[in-house]
Amino acid sequence: MPKPVYFSGGVHPHEGKAPTAAATIAAAPLLPLYTVPFHQHIGAPPKPVVAKGDRVLRGQVLAEANGVVSAPVHAPTSGVVKDIVDIASPMGRLGPSVLLEADGQDAPAEPLAPIAAWQDAAPDVLRQRIAQAGIVGMGGAAFPAAVKLTPPPSKRIDTLILNGVECEPCLTADHRLMLEAPEPILTGALIMARILGVKTILVGIEQNKPDAIALLDAAAAPLGIRVQGLRVRYPQGAEKQLIYALTGRKVPTGGLPMDVGVVVQNVGTSAAVAAAVREGTPLYERVTTITGTPVANPGNWRLRVGTSYAKAIELAGGITGETAKVISGGPMMGFSVYDLDTPVMKNTSGILLMAPAEVSQYQSHACIRCGRCVDACPMHIMAEALGVQIENERYDLAERTRVLDCIECGCCAYACPAHRPLVQHMRRAKQEVLARRRAREAQAKH
Amino acid sequence: MSDTAIRLPDPRRLVVSSSPHAHSGEDVRAIMLTVVAALLPACLAGVWVFGPRALLVLAVCTASAVLTEAILARLLRRPVRLSDGSAVLTGLLLGMNLSAGTPLWIGAIGSVIAIGLGKMIYGGLGYNPFNPALVGRVALLLAFPSALTTWVKPCGPGGWAVPVDGMTAATPLGQLAMAGGWIPEQVMTVADNPIGLRECFLGNIGGCLGETSTLALLIGGIFLIARRLIRWQVPLGFIGTVALITAIAHAAAPDRYAPAAFHLLTGGLFLGAFFMATDMVTSPIGRLGGFIFGVGCGLITCVIRLWGSYPEGVSFSILIMNALTPLIDRWTAGKPFGSVPAKGAAS
Repeated sequence: MPKPVYFSGGVHPHEGKAPTAAATIAAAPLLPLYTVPFHQHIGAPPKPVVAKGDRVLRGQVLAEANGVVSAPVHAPTSGVVKDIVDIASPMGRLGPSVLLEADGQDAPAEPLAPIAAWQDAAPDVLRQRIAQAGIVGMGGAAFPAAVKLTPPPSKRIDTLILNGVECEPCLTADHRLMLEAPEPILTGALIMARILGVKTILVGIEQNKPDAIALLDAAAAPLGIRVQGLRVRYPQGAEKQLIYALTGRKVPTGGLPMDVGVVVQNVGTSAAVAAAVREGTPLYERVTTITGTPVANPGNWRLRVGTSYAKAIELAGGITGETAKVISGGPMMGFSVYDLDTPVMKNTSGILLMAPAEVSQYQSHACIRCGRCVDACPMHIMAEALGVQIENERYDLAERTRVLDCIECGCCAYACPAHRPLVQHMRRAKQEVLARRRAREAQAKH
Repeated sequence: MSDTAIRLPDPRRLVVSSSPHAHSGEDVRAIMLTVVAALLPACLAGVWVFGPRALLVLAVCTASAVLTEAILARLLRRPVRLSDGSAVLTGLLLGMNLSAGTPLWIGAIGSVIAIGLGKMIYGGLGYNPFNPALVGRVALLLAFPSALTTWVKPCGPGGWAVPVDGMTAATPLGQLAMAGGWIPEQVMTVADNPIGLRECFLGNIGGCLGETSTLALLIGGIFLIARRLIRWQVPLGFIGTVALITAIAHAAAPDRYAPAAFHLLTGGLFLGAFFMATDMVTSPIGRLGGFIFGVGCGLITCVIRLWGSYPEGVSFSILIMNALTPLIDRWTAGKPFGSVPAKGAAS
């Protein structure tokens, strides 16, 4: 295998994975109540098909995909739809969610027909199954997996990459899954490779998980799947940086992985694909790391979608110390939540609690032009110039300084000695620039 | 019930903020204070060479700079941020750029100008286009030319550096300008005592109190490079260019132009190259930009030293290049990862 090519930039935050790296994935007991948001993916919100008072079974569809870029949502257990209310998602977005009162039976719905002979199944059949099962990117972005597996005919795909990098500090859910369920991960990869018609399957794993690299490599080699250990540098798991490391190809700015013939899927997503195809199981549970210094028993759990953060933290024994922040995801890109009724969703890779001493509160300074942000940016954007332009609301300049190439990884703000809120600036500017573009296009049409 | 024993976070006390939730821990104050620490060897060398009056000059300049910042920040209704350490750094640098015999009130005025006109008038730290300490020094040079070019003789740590007759000693660069050519027996002296390059390297020569000891400056400069607080490309470009041009000039006309070693070890080159040209706020962001900036400083310094009417050109060269910093940044801005070559561009 060719040597990996590394991006320049990035940072190396405290990894914080030790407390949970050895914690085997534990099962969670059935809860009396689940809060299942309808809209759990990037794309169009799905169409609810249940109403208050309906009885549902585990795996039954609660909402159907609405359009191409959309995904259905399934019941995590059997019970009664107590109500449909607006609940804050981990991203802070309010949206309608099913309050599912479990009946304790956990009775399964009629499963989707298992496709045992997937090796002979038509790609379209497999693709449709992945869509039906509501599988979305489980690494964080929650983009519908079937859409990624449906590249337009003009794009020739030759490589499938499985993302097992897990560069986000404190998280070990993917790490444990690779150790405990390598077979479904690799089978999922073979299924997706069949859908895409590609021969080359590559798995990228950061070198801080040597056990996972060794185990997966041993299992993958006979299947013709290549596993590559990668330098520990955040954000090695960012899609463009991962593709570059494994193939040497650079996704053009504004482009997608398919522009360089690559599809990337998270290892958890791959395992979910295998379950959906072979067993007909839709996606209603996932592995989540619950960790942080205040947590009594940090570890990894297989949680059903709709488990409240409060119940999840209870599973980990609750807290032993003051908690100042609860984060959905990891410290670099996670969202801080304000409500412990917030539910675990398909993309909740971790729940991270931080003690008051770990939460930095600060006043930001003017930029002293030290250049730390520019050195740290894995996209090589002039973050320092952008920060000033955006503060002055010069979105025209920000667009020219390529703010749209920002992947919001947080390296700039992590490195900034003046504590400037650079990621917030970038998000604001990206929205503004896109809104202005749409306005321009609308005007051009008239 | 065991459940009641389980504690959960109190949602009312949760902090909600944008990612990232982790930080490198580096802050502006630590950066400024580390640079101050890196200047201490050169300050100590100054006191060793010129006696405790050097310390007095440094103290007055630093105190006036801090006081000026405190007063102006209040007057301009900006947050008072003395703790960021930048005023201390500016005052200290200005003091290092003065003779140990400088009247103290002149040093104080220099600090007021450096902080007031060099920094606060633009909005404070981060907004100033020119190196504040150099703004202060050059303003003093224009306002009090004779006081700023009256140099005291190295008197050792026990002496009291006062510019009275018999105590002054021109800088080697000043003597070079006066001699009108490379006449070592006239140039390589301190108060008529012959000196060698060793004295120049250690700092036992006339000059600004913080610039004479190349050794001490080198120690501080290397420390800053190791701590990644300055880019080595700037001093390399600066000192390298001066070395190259003066070496060529000396080879072409050995009677007229001093050798490169002389130009490197006398005057303010090392202080300027390691501590003034590398000021983050006023120098380019990138490595290439830093190198171009350093080369530009070196070129201008050589032009002034070899053909200008001032014996020394380090301060002017840095200020001129400060003005070009935004342009250099624009020329050397990196391309985003995955940039597609613009249409029509050469392949």
